[in-house]
Amino acid sequence: MAVFWEKKEFMVYLDNAATAKPCAECCEAVIKAAEERFGNPGSLHKMGILSEQILSSAKRTILNALGGECAPEGDIIFTSGATESNNTAILGAAEKYSRNGKKIVTTAIEHPSAAKALDILEARGCEVIRLAPKDHEDFVSALAEAVDGNTLMVSCMAVNNETGYAVDTARLYRLVKRANPRTAVHIDAVQGFLKMPLEGDLISVSGHKVHAFKGIGALYVKKGIRVAPLLAGGGQQKNLRSGTEPVELIAGFEAAVKAYRGSAERFTELKKRLLENLSKMSGISLNSDEKCLPNIINFSVSGIRSEILLHALEENEIYVSSGSACSRGKKSGVLAAFGVSDKNADSAVRVSLCADTSESDIDFLCENIENGIKRFRR
Amino acid sequence: MKEIIMVKYGEIALKGDNRNVFENMLQKNIKNRLRKLGRFDYYRKQSTIYITPLEDIDVGLVVKKLRYIFGIGAIQRCAVFPKDFSAVAAGAKEYLSDTLESAGSFKVEAKRADKTFSMNSPQIQQHLGDVVSEAFPHLKVDVHNPDITVRLEIRDNGAYLSAERITGAGGMPVGSSGKALLMLSGGIDSPVAGYMMAKRGLVVDCIHYVSPPYTSERARMKVEKLCEELTNYCGDIIFYCVPFTEIQEKLRDNCPEEYFTVLMRRLMVKIANKICARDGYGAIITGESVAQVASQTLSALYCTNAAAEYPVFRPVIGMDKIEITEISRRIGTYETSILPYEDCCTVFSPKHPRTKPRYEDILAAEQSFDFTALVEEAVEKTEVKRFKYGEETVLLN
Repeated sequence: MAVFWEKKEFMVYLDNAATAKPCAECCEAVIKAAEERFGNPGSLHKMGILSEQILSSAKRTILNALGGECAPEGDIIFTSGATESNNTAILGAAEKYSRNGKKIVTTAIEHPSAAKALDILEARGCEVIRLAPKDHEDFVSALAEAVDGNTLMVSCMAVNNETGYAVDTARLYRLVKRANPRTAVHIDAVQGFLKMPLEGDLISVSGHKVHAFKGIGALYVKKGIRVAPLLAGGGQQKNLRSGTEPVELIAGFEAAVKAYRGSAERFTELKKRLLENLSKMSGISLNSDEKCLPNIINFSVSGIRSEILLHALEENEIYVSSGSACSRGKKSGVLAAFGVSDKNADSAVRVSLCADTSESDIDFLCENIENGIKRFRR
Repeated sequence: MKEIIMVKYGEIALKGDNRNVFENMLQKNIKNRLRKLGRFDYYRKQSTIYITPLEDIDVGLVVKKLRYIFGIGAIQRCAVFPKDFSAVAAGAKEYLSDTLESAGSFKVEAKRADKTFSMNSPQIQQHLGDVVSEAFPHLKVDVHNPDITVRLEIRDNGAYLSAERITGAGGMPVGSSGKALLMLSGGIDSPVAGYMMAKRGLVVDCIHYVSPPYTSERARMKVEKLCEELTNYCGDIIFYCVPFTEIQEKLRDNCPEEYFTVLMRRLMVKIANKICARDGYGAIITGESVAQVASQTLSALYCTNAAAEYPVFRPVIGMDKIEITEISRRIGTYETSILPYEDCCTVFSPKHPRTKPRYEDILAAEQSFDFTALVEEAVEKTEVKRFKYGEETVLLN
C-alpha cells in the first residue's frame, strides 16, 4: 500500500460527527483492561469475575449518562456499534410486538442503519410512515399524531447526523405513550448521547462518536421492553446479544463517557464565531437552524461542489465532511427532507466540533473557505 | 515419486526461426513469478518447459501462479516414472487416487514421442486403461466425454503420467512484443484494455492523471490498486501519475465549454507522447470503445487520435459494455473499478459536450491558450512508481 499520509503536528479535525478521536483516558483504559482483565466474563474463575466487573460498572456509567428519566430503569446491551443497536432495536422489537399492529412511524431523516432496517419491515408487510421536518412546524407533535391504535413502533433519531437537528425525545415519548401506551419508542441517539437528555424504550448509542473506539456501541432497553436477538449463540448478555463481550472496548467506552468534556455552552460560542465569520462571505446558506445542536453546523457554499471544497480544505490539514461520510459518493435525501434545494445540497459542508476545537481552528477554517471561494467559485 | 509441471506453449509453438527469443522470454517470466516459492530446475524440449521443484513445494500453488502467465497454452502436473510400463502401473494408483476417487468416468491418452519404447500408443492406452479400471472399480470408461483424461507421455527423459491439464492464459509472453503506455482512468474499460495488450506480449505500464482537490486521494488509490491487480498478468508495472489540475483549470477558463473533454483528452495524449519518447514506449493503449460516451464518437476519436505521435491501441473498441465487464470480472479488476470516486475525466465535464466536433474547430479552440509550458511542467512533475508483482510499491522519483 502506498503511503501518502504521515502524522502531522498540525491538524484541524472538524469531522467529529463522523468519528471522534479516542481520548487518552479511553486508550489507557483499553490497554489496562487488555493487560490485566483479559478473562472471558463468562468464565467461572476469578479472571472471569474481574472482567465481568468491567461490564457491570460500564453499564451503570452509561445508564447514568443517558440522563433524563430513563436512567435508573433499564438495561444496557453492548453491541458492535450503532448499526447493530439500531437493527436489534427495530427488527427485534418488531418481532416481539408484532401483535400490537402493523404500522411504524418514523422520519425521512434517519441514518441508513435505521432506515434500511425499517425498509426490511416494510417489505415484510408493515406500513411505514416517514415524516419530513420541512412539512411540520411542530415535528414532535406531528410524529405523535401519526400514532394510532395499530402502531407498533415509533423510531426517531434524537439528533440528525447531517444537520444537528434535535428532537425533544422526552416530549416525544410522553405524546406517543399518550396516543398509544403499547407503542414502543426507539431513539437513535448516536449524535445525541452525552449532548442532551434522552428518553425512549430503546436507545441506540455508539462509542466512537464520544471519543471511544470504533467497534463498540450499546442499546438501552427499558425495563419491561422486549427485543428478539439478532444473533444465535452462547446466550451472553441475557441472550440478547450472543458473543463474548469485548471487555477492553467496553472499558474504553466507559472511560470515554466519564471523561467526556464537550459542553453546549462551549459549542454555542464556537458556532457563533463560525457563523459570524461566514456571514462576512457571500453565497453562504445555513442548513442548520436554531432547532439544531450547536456542535454540528451544516452550510452550503454556493458555486462550489462540496467534494471540491472538502479536498481543498484537506490540502491545508482541515478535515470536514460533505454531507454524511457513511454514504461516500452517494447522494442522501436527508437534506431534501429539511427543505434544502438540490443545488445547495450539492455544495453542503458539515463542520462538527469537539471539546478540543479552538477559536483559532474556526478562524483557520474560515480563512480557507474564503480562499476556496476565490479559487473555485464558478 | 517425483511430481513436476509441464508447461506447454500456446502461440509460440507456431513461431519459426526466432522461436528461441520467445521461449527465453517465457521462461524468464515464469522464473520471475515462481522465484518466491522456492528453487526449481527448468528444462526445455519439444515445445514444453519442464519445471522440476528442487525442494518440497506446494505444486498446486505453482499451478495457480502459472495460470496468469501469458504465452502458456496448457499446464500439466505429472508424476515422472522410468520408461518402464510396470513401474508406471505400480505407481499409478497412488498418484491418481486424489483425482480419480471423485470422478465418474475416464479415458486414457498415450503419446509415444520416444519411438524406441516397446509398446505403441494404442497398446499403452489399452494396458493403462486396464490398470486404472482395476484400481478404481467405480470408474466407467468414456472415450467421448470423460470426467478425467489420464495421460501418459513417453518422452526422451522418462514416462510422464498425469490426470490434470489446465488451460493456460494463452497469448504471447509479456515483453516479447515491446512496451506500451496504458492510459488508466479507473473505470472498467482501461484495465481490460491493458490486460488484452499484455496478452499480446506487450509490457504494459500505466499513466494516470490527477486533479487535486477536484479529485480525491481515494480516486488515486483506487487506480494504484488496479495497477497492483494488473501485475498478476502484466508482471511489474511502472505507474506515471501526472498532476493535471492546472491544465484543467486553464482549459476551463480559456476554451469553449462544449469542446472541453476532447481538448482535455488531446492534452492527455500530448503528455503521454512526451513520456513515450522519453522512456521508450512504442504505443499508447486506451480503453476507448466506439459510441460509449461523447468523447468516443468517430469525430471525437479522430480529434484525440490526431494528437498522438504513437500508434494508439484500443483493444476494446468494438466490444460492448457487457463484454468488457465480463472480462473485467474474470481478471478481477471489476470490484475495484466500480468504486465510486470521481476521476479527472468528469471534473468540469460539460453538460452538453459536442458529439461531432470538427477538427478545425478543435484546433482553433486549442489556440486560445498556449499549453506548451504547462504540458512540459506536468511531464516534469509526474510521479513515477513501480508496482512489483507480489511486492511493495517502490517510489522511483
